[in-house]
Amino acid sequence: MSLKEGIEREILLEVKNLYFTYDKEPVLKDINFQLYQGDFFTITGPNGGGKSTLIKLILGLLPLQRGEIKKSNLIKEPIEIGYVPQNTNINLEFPISVIDVVMMGNGKKHNSIKSFFKIGYSQMEIECAKQSLARVGMQEYLYSKISHLSGGQRQRVMIARAICSHPHLLILDEPTSSIDIQGQKEIYKLLKELNREITILVVTHDLTVISHYSNRVLYVNQSGFLHNLHNNRYKVDANSHFCEVELMEKLGAQNG
Amino acid sequence: MAEILHYTFIQNALLAAIMVSIISGIIGSLVLVNRMTFLTGGIAHSSYGGIGIAIYFGLPIFLGATLFAIASAILIAYISFKERHRLDIFIGLVWAVGMAIGVIFVDLTPGYNVDLISYLFGSILAVSKEDLLFMGVLLLATLLFIHRYYKEILAVSYDSEYASLRGINAKLFFSLILIFSALAVVVAIKVVGLILVIALMSIPTYIAEQLSSSLYKMMLLAALLSTLFTLVGLLLSYNFDLSSGASIILTAATALLLFIIVRKILH
Repeated sequence: MSLKEGIEREILLEVKNLYFTYDKEPVLKDINFQLYQGDFFTITGPNGGGKSTLIKLILGLLPLQRGEIKKSNLIKEPIEIGYVPQNTNINLEFPISVIDVVMMGNGKKHNSIKSFFKIGYSQMEIECAKQSLARVGMQEYLYSKISHLSGGQRQRVMIARAICSHPHLLILDEPTSSIDIQGQKEIYKLLKELNREITILVVTHDLTVISHYSNRVLYVNQSGFLHNLHNNRYKVDANSHFCEVELMEKLGAQNG
Repeated sequence: MAEILHYTFIQNALLAAIMVSIISGIIGSLVLVNRMTFLTGGIAHSSYGGIGIAIYFGLPIFLGATLFAIASAILIAYISFKERHRLDIFIGLVWAVGMAIGVIFVDLTPGYNVDLISYLFGSILAVSKEDLLFMGVLLLATLLFIHRYYKEILAVSYDSEYASLRGINAKLFFSLILIFSALAVVVAIKVVGLILVIALMSIPTYIAEQLSSSLYKMMLLAALLSTLFTLVGLLLSYNFDLSSGASIILTAATALLLFIIVRKILH
């Protein structure tokens, strides 16, 4: 990333000297990074390295122990951050339709006498859910039962839920860990599209995402190491296979 | 057959059966989707402690069971927030200690020899006017609770973490669902007894869950199925002179078996 880029774009989120301890075990140590508006920011690192903990601290699902998480005014309210949790394959038998799941993203409604007599969703709410679903290509599934969808489709619905409230930041925790390869590619393509309007913060192990979509990567293993990816340096074709083996080969080739 | 409907105690029994079925269909659905079946089992059995205490002090037995069940529900809710990963042990404790308290207090009551079996297996023919009033109030409260907070209940049940991110107090709703399940258990004890109450709350709801695309449809269907099983069970128990609670549960279990077989054939 060039210096110029950093100056032009607004800082959305700033994490400073963040520590977190769970049951006396240190999970995070002195994490520092800034998230700029428009970033496609990846958090990567080994399992148990503290990635999900970091995300939960940002979301406010865990209490801050030491350090600072400064949020810009754009994401001050919880409703302005969209979130796609890990493991959306749990609770599969739950009797819930796509529209119900998406409407959860809209948050608490003002309860009035009038709303007490209202049953079901208003026309406006249905329109909002339809719009979100259209953005992820799932508009035909409005009334489908969630368990009848494939893993990739379900993940799209979860993204629709997260963007339903028109957030400025979208946080995803391993969004492709339990879906097939084709579904994964489609999810990345979708995220790339969404990234035109929404800043994206994604936890993943997937090297394709890191090399092809992200502009910045934070490697977290208790402590963090920030990588700014220069354009086109390691760019690979998103449709081809790319894993640690190719990475080693590329690095080897450069050294040789 | 029709002439038995003229007896007041039969009318009361039928009314109680229908109200309790609707309550247990609705609350049982919440218990099932929140995976609280074991928790509710703990509350049901521990409520025997309340029955024992009420007998000892000469209080209304329904009142004793209700207060004790609510206290157990609150205790279990508290434990599930604090000791999530050791929850099973504590539920087992609440389950057994509640029953033990009940047994001891009944032992201590001089000259008390009322049929305990009626609490363990139900006594629907002995439903009083006060029981009916209690059931009616609880049914109304349940319907109001679901209607007023449907979206919150749905959000918390499906994904409590996300619900809390959207400003819904997940712990409060979790506790309220447990308290409602305690109340449902207490009224269901009248119909099928505390041993069989979990079956009444989980068999119709399990079938309904498989057939429903939303939570409110599941509740409606579970209430209907529960009413059907209860009435058929009562009819069988009258015709063949069998225990009502056991007849109801076996009717429901037979329906579940048929449902599973039909589903296997269709898939």
